[in-house]
Amino acid sequence: MPVTESRRKAKLSRQQYLDLYYYMRLNREVEETMTRLFRQNKIVGGLYSSLGQEAISVGTAYALEKRDWLAPMIRNIGALLVKGVPPRDIFTQHMAKYTSPTKGRDGTSHFGDLENLHIVSPISMLGDLIPVMTGVAMGGRYLGQKIVTMTWIGDGGSSTGVFHEGLNLAASQRAAFVLILENNQWAYSTPVRRQVPLENLADRAKAYGIASYIVDGNDVVEVYTTAKEAVERARAGEGPILIEAKTFRRRGHAQHDPAEYIPKEQREFWEKRDPIALCEAFLLKEKLLDAKGKKEMEEKLASLLEKEREFAENSPMPPEETVHGGVYCGGDDCHKIRPKWERPIAEVMPPQSSVEPVWKVEGFGKGKSSSGKNAPIHFGDVQPEHRAQEPKGRAVKKSDRKPATKSAKKGGR
Amino acid sequence: MAAITFLEAIKQAMFEEMAADPSVVLIGEDVGVYGGAFKTSEGLLEKFGWERVIDTPISESAIIGAACGMSYLGLRPIAEMQFIDFIVCAFNQITNFVAKGHYLWNAPTPMVIRGPSGGGVHGGPFHSANPEMYFVHTPGLKVVYPSTPYDAKGLLKASIRDNNPVLFFEHKFLYRRIKEEIPAGDYTVPLGKAVVRREGEHLTILSYAAMMHTSLEAAEALAKEGIEAEVIDLRTLLPLDEETILQSVKKTNKCLVVHEDTKTGGIAGEITALLCEKAFQELDGPVLRVTSLDTPVPYAPTLEEAFLPNAQKVFATAKELARY
Ligand SMILES: Cc1ncc(C[n+]2csc(CCOP(=O)(O)OP(=O)(O)O)c2C)c(N)n1
Ligand SMILES: [Mg+2]
Repeated sequence: MPVTESRRKAKLSRQQYLDLYYYMRLNREVEETMTRLFRQNKIVGGLYSSLGQEAISVGTAYALEKRDWLAPMIRNIGALLVKGVPPRDIFTQHMAKYTSPTKGRDGTSHFGDLENLHIVSPISMLGDLIPVMTGVAMGGRYLGQKIVTMTWIGDGGSSTGVFHEGLNLAASQRAAFVLILENNQWAYSTPVRRQVPLENLADRAKAYGIASYIVDGNDVVEVYTTAKEAVERARAGEGPILIEAKTFRRRGHAQHDPAEYIPKEQREFWEKRDPIALCEAFLLKEKLLDAKGKKEMEEKLASLLEKEREFAENSPMPPEETVHGGVYCGGDDCHKIRPKWERPIAEVMPPQSSVEPVWKVEGFGKGKSSSGKNAPIHFGDVQPEHRAQEPKGRAVKKSDRKPATKSAKKGGR
Repeated sequence: MAAITFLEAIKQAMFEEMAADPSVVLIGEDVGVYGGAFKTSEGLLEKFGWERVIDTPISESAIIGAACGMSYLGLRPIAEMQFIDFIVCAFNQITNFVAKGHYLWNAPTPMVIRGPSGGGVHGGPFHSANPEMYFVHTPGLKVVYPSTPYDAKGLLKASIRDNNPVLFFEHKFLYRRIKEEIPAGDYTVPLGKAVVRREGEHLTILSYAAMMHTSLEAAEALAKEGIEAEVIDLRTLLPLDEETILQSVKKTNKCLVVHEDTKTGGIAGEITALLCEKAFQELDGPVLRVTSLDTPVPYAPTLEEAFLPNAQKVFATAKELARY
């Protein structure tokens, strides 16, 4: 679905405009702080940049409500910030500090919060979050929570098997799930044209019979208003929605990559379309922001980030002995697992839950399955007389039928 | 008390857990109206409805991924693999996503992945797998492989109630071939605990699943020759019950491991290493193993018979061990 003029021109409140601008600035400055830390050798491992893509992380996550769930990908620090993650968590994660959300067990944006912020931790394997966030949406609906779930995928990641399995399951379940496809035109060194023979990756949605949008990923207002519409459509039960956001990856794949494979003209084109600069020009023109307001915001950002960075820098590395433990949940003392029901439980318990077990196929009447003690199952386990010979020494003879418990002398039951 | 099949035990466990706890749901291929390819979920849809018995497209990664997502909300999904052979289609979701969550970001993932496994029914190379060791190699998972209806029911219930991802293998050779009287009502069998099925002093046979029955058969034959084998049913492969294993081997001083999984990389190798580390002084002979051959599971009955362990092979190897 193309973005309508009305949505593009949608009027937001002044606070909403300023929020979007603020979070994009915060996103960029958190990453610039980390680039400096990287150059000082204080970042453990790689550092990925979302320079020029901030409008997507911020605009989409801003469309979610507090109860909703998200799972970021590596270039979605902006989404985490909007959801309420403090910058220190991002710094400590990247620096592998003991004070990080994972206590140094994983890095980058690989952390989550099931209880309060409703964030699922990503893993590196591209696409894996799609079925997982589909499942969160299915579970939320089952519990009566009216939540929407969201995750992101790159142009490159949209060719993984789980992308397709996940989106198809989401579609067949009509899950309240919004998938943001960030088409930044490169997957590491491979241009999108070499990955997918489609002009618009949003066309992938057609294969699953679901709605899709294409947005200018560098226009935060367009991203936000479109995402908002998608989130509310999903919440209303319309099923999953795919949004393709067209943008450009302005840095290399990660800090190590000078990205010399990118044509100069392409880079220049997109550098002129910086999402923060575009937003700022709009705010100044519409008098939603003035020089004084801008300066105040910048001072606020600077002092916040200095505090947060100092906290991270002064934090210890995890002590060696903390490598142990936590592989398994130790039961109730470790995690009290109690789903949050927002509908009467009686609805999902017999007799209310009971149904007639038939397929209802439009135009084909009803179908029913075979059943009963001797219903046929795979591999002729039904009628032993039809089985020519049992492999010798394997058949469980009559006399052996109760061997296990009869001869059990200790342990067990 | 009524004698029930292994298959019935699985069905009862799911039925009772779903009746007792609304957070338990079943998701998989053909689990609803059809009641599962092996009828293990027959009647569940009728009772618990479409929201709790979820038929999915043929997408193992999506089934596991979705079950994982549901578990993050505190639900306890049971994900069925129509045949356990297809579990490897979701290998990445299981080993990277599901298994690592608690250690990395403190996310419990209370879910069960279960399905019919094992050979001996001429299912051929893609419907006879014993893929347990791929997962025993993955910290964060639990791996259960029962051999009796009583255990199947009790262990499945315990698996559903466990806060961790549990892989639950159901040997399809046993589905309708064994019956056992089990008590009415609720009970569980603890994960991580092996059980002594037959006491003996001359050597220890460690086994699980269908091979446990084969081992018992061999033990009876050995007894006729004056060799008393102690047969232990491992029941849970991860975590392994080291204590029960060591206790027995320290008594008999000899150990034979019997499994239907192929030889190289099978749990027998792991157990051998364990015995070398913790009971070397107690051993009077080499740790021996009777396993399937290191080939894919062949289709023809003659070939499959040659491929699988059987009571004669166990008997012969045990006699060899007893001579030390
Ligand atoms: C399944 C999988 N294969 C390979 C990789 C290695 N890898 C990480 S990012 C990346 C490129 C991703 O491109 P895209 O999805 O377009 O995202 P972008 O980096 O442009 O944000 C690759 C190949 C991975 N993380 N996951
Ligand atoms: Mg890309």
